[in-house]
Amino acid sequence: MEIVLVGLNHRTAPVEVRERVSFTAEQSRKAAEELRSRGILAETLVLSTCNRSEIYGVPPESSHESAPGLSSFLSEFHAVRADVLSVSLYHHYDREAVRHLFRVAAGLDSMLLGEAEILGQVREAYRYAHENGATGPVLNRLFQGALEVGKRVRTETELGTRPMSVASAGVKLAERIFGKMNERSALVLGAGTISEQVVNQLRDRGIARLFIMNRSRERADELAQRFGGRVVGWGEWEIALKVPDVVVSSVSAEEPVLRREMLQAAMAARGNRALFLMDLGMPRNIEAAAADLYNIYVYNLDDLKEIVEQNRHARESEVPRAEGIVDEHVGKFLSWQASVELVGLVDALRARLREERAAFIHARIETMNHLNAAERQRMETMMDELLEKLLVEPAERLRGEKELRRKIQNVEALRDLFLSNREKP
Amino acid sequence: MKDLFLLLTIFAYAGSLALYLRFLVTGKEIAGRLGTVLLGLGLVAHYFALLERSRGLHTVPYHDLYGAMSLFGWLLALTYLGLELFHRQRSVGAFVLPFILVFFVAAHLAPADRLSPPPAKGIAFAFHVTLSILAYAAFALSFVFSLVFLSEQRLLKSHKFGSVVWRLPPLELLERMSRSSVLVGLISIAIGTALGFLWVDRLHGQIWYYDPKYAVTLMLLALYVLYFHLARTATWRGARASKLCIFNFVVVILNFAVVGYLSHSHRYF
Repeated sequence: MEIVLVGLNHRTAPVEVRERVSFTAEQSRKAAEELRSRGILAETLVLSTCNRSEIYGVPPESSHESAPGLSSFLSEFHAVRADVLSVSLYHHYDREAVRHLFRVAAGLDSMLLGEAEILGQVREAYRYAHENGATGPVLNRLFQGALEVGKRVRTETELGTRPMSVASAGVKLAERIFGKMNERSALVLGAGTISEQVVNQLRDRGIARLFIMNRSRERADELAQRFGGRVVGWGEWEIALKVPDVVVSSVSAEEPVLRREMLQAAMAARGNRALFLMDLGMPRNIEAAAADLYNIYVYNLDDLKEIVEQNRHARESEVPRAEGIVDEHVGKFLSWQASVELVGLVDALRARLREERAAFIHARIETMNHLNAAERQRMETMMDELLEKLLVEPAERLRGEKELRRKIQNVEALRDLFLSNREKP
Repeated sequence: MKDLFLLLTIFAYAGSLALYLRFLVTGKEIAGRLGTVLLGLGLVAHYFALLERSRGLHTVPYHDLYGAMSLFGWLLALTYLGLELFHRQRSVGAFVLPFILVFFVAAHLAPADRLSPPPAKGIAFAFHVTLSILAYAAFALSFVFSLVFLSEQRLLKSHKFGSVVWRLPPLELLERMSRSSVLVGLISIAIGTALGFLWVDRLHGQIWYYDPKYAVTLMLLALYVLYFHLARTATWRGARASKLCIFNFVVVILNFAVVGYLSHSHRYF
């Protein structure tokens, strides 16, 4: 019951290779089917995100020879030369494969430490594989464990709680003032890349209304269409500043776009409702003196970068706690795996001992002519009882006592000790 | 066994405070939930501690200063728990629990007054006193929420904040929580005061006779109505309303600490 993992990620492969080896949902299903039909894997799951492509599997036979087969399959499936791929691929077995997946689910292996999206991607990959019948008892248990690890790390540590980008830090700060964004509105000044990032964040947080203002109307229309916002004509400040709770500005301008007097007038018009201003322009788009106005909160690029830096340190300090949770669950999974393997081992041992008993009786007792039928029957029963006692009691203890299972590090050794290759389950 | 409920209450409130603090500092949701559970258990134990004390002294809890303080602490805890569950926000628990704990410990570790039983009896009087204490507890909560609001706002304005700010309630929620607790206080004090006048009417056969407590209580009522109204207006919403709420609570303290001693018919609240 070996677990094998072959894959590549942002650390081992450049984006050009990652792009070529990524899987769509349909490709994942097809790859899993082929791997099983060719007998390379009995259980399969493909995890493909923008930063990683990984195949998790359980080979039909226990051997450390399945990874090369998987590598060749990947090369063939994506039509990438094996020598190009081999330098980027990593192979993990059993404990290391389990640990790798748990770290991935926890966000410890992500490009952005503790990112939240990966857990959803693991969940989706598992759901898809499970629905298509590609997983079995081992991968089901493994991925359920991974989801639990991801959830625990996110609830018990601060690895994923603090924003790590300027855009998300700004939106999170706005939430410190207004609470949930689903009843709020935002005005975005400028339609560049950074504005898009903020709009994305606002959309993710469920912003109710979005207004976009840009010097180029065409670009504003494009952004508004893409994100479902409304365009406000450039310069219509009185209308534009009356409604929104959040204003995000990233305009290229030599002079501040929003002056203190403009904001003072806007605050009077909006009944002093709180206004959060995110100034992402360089040079600054909002006059610094505006920060003194009542119920106005102004954060510029440097302020937000400082918060992101503080958060990065805070996240890094949480890594040991997250690793502790990963280790705890790796131990639990391996213990479960050992107990399942023990069931198979005990069943095989019982079958073998029954065969031995039958052969023994045939060879010895049948020749003891001085015994009558009842005595022979009694001896057979006594032998059965002895065998059960020898086998069942230790087996029950092994099932019940985790510590004992931990001590028997390698069930394979027990198997080799008691059973010949032919008899292995 | 004699002090069982006393000890249980102290442990539950202290445990709840520790867990709320842990929740505030580390953000661990489980710590916050357990803090709420312990607060609930503390409320139950506190109730029995009040009951035990009243039985021991053969009088109502608000008969003496310490009993009234303990009842105040209990109602403060009860109101806070209600608001926490209503607004689904437990990060201010760490700021409220110290008040509850101080009132409880001060009330129960101090010796009981040996006053003669008050002439006041009857359900109207009991409700008058209990509702008045509930009102002061609710006003105390709005005071705490306003303090947290002003501190958090100052941190957000100055851009100098650590990890705790990320776990404090949003400013607008703090404003809502403060208004909710003032509403509880206003309803309680309005009914409580009306019952007081009703009881005095029965006792003396006339409603109006001079007592400085009446004037200050009515002023208090007017001040909190004013706050409730202004907190929603353009000019006052935010920090100004919070400052008014803090000022109002200073009047509550004045009403309690000074006027209470000048009044010939009111003892503590």
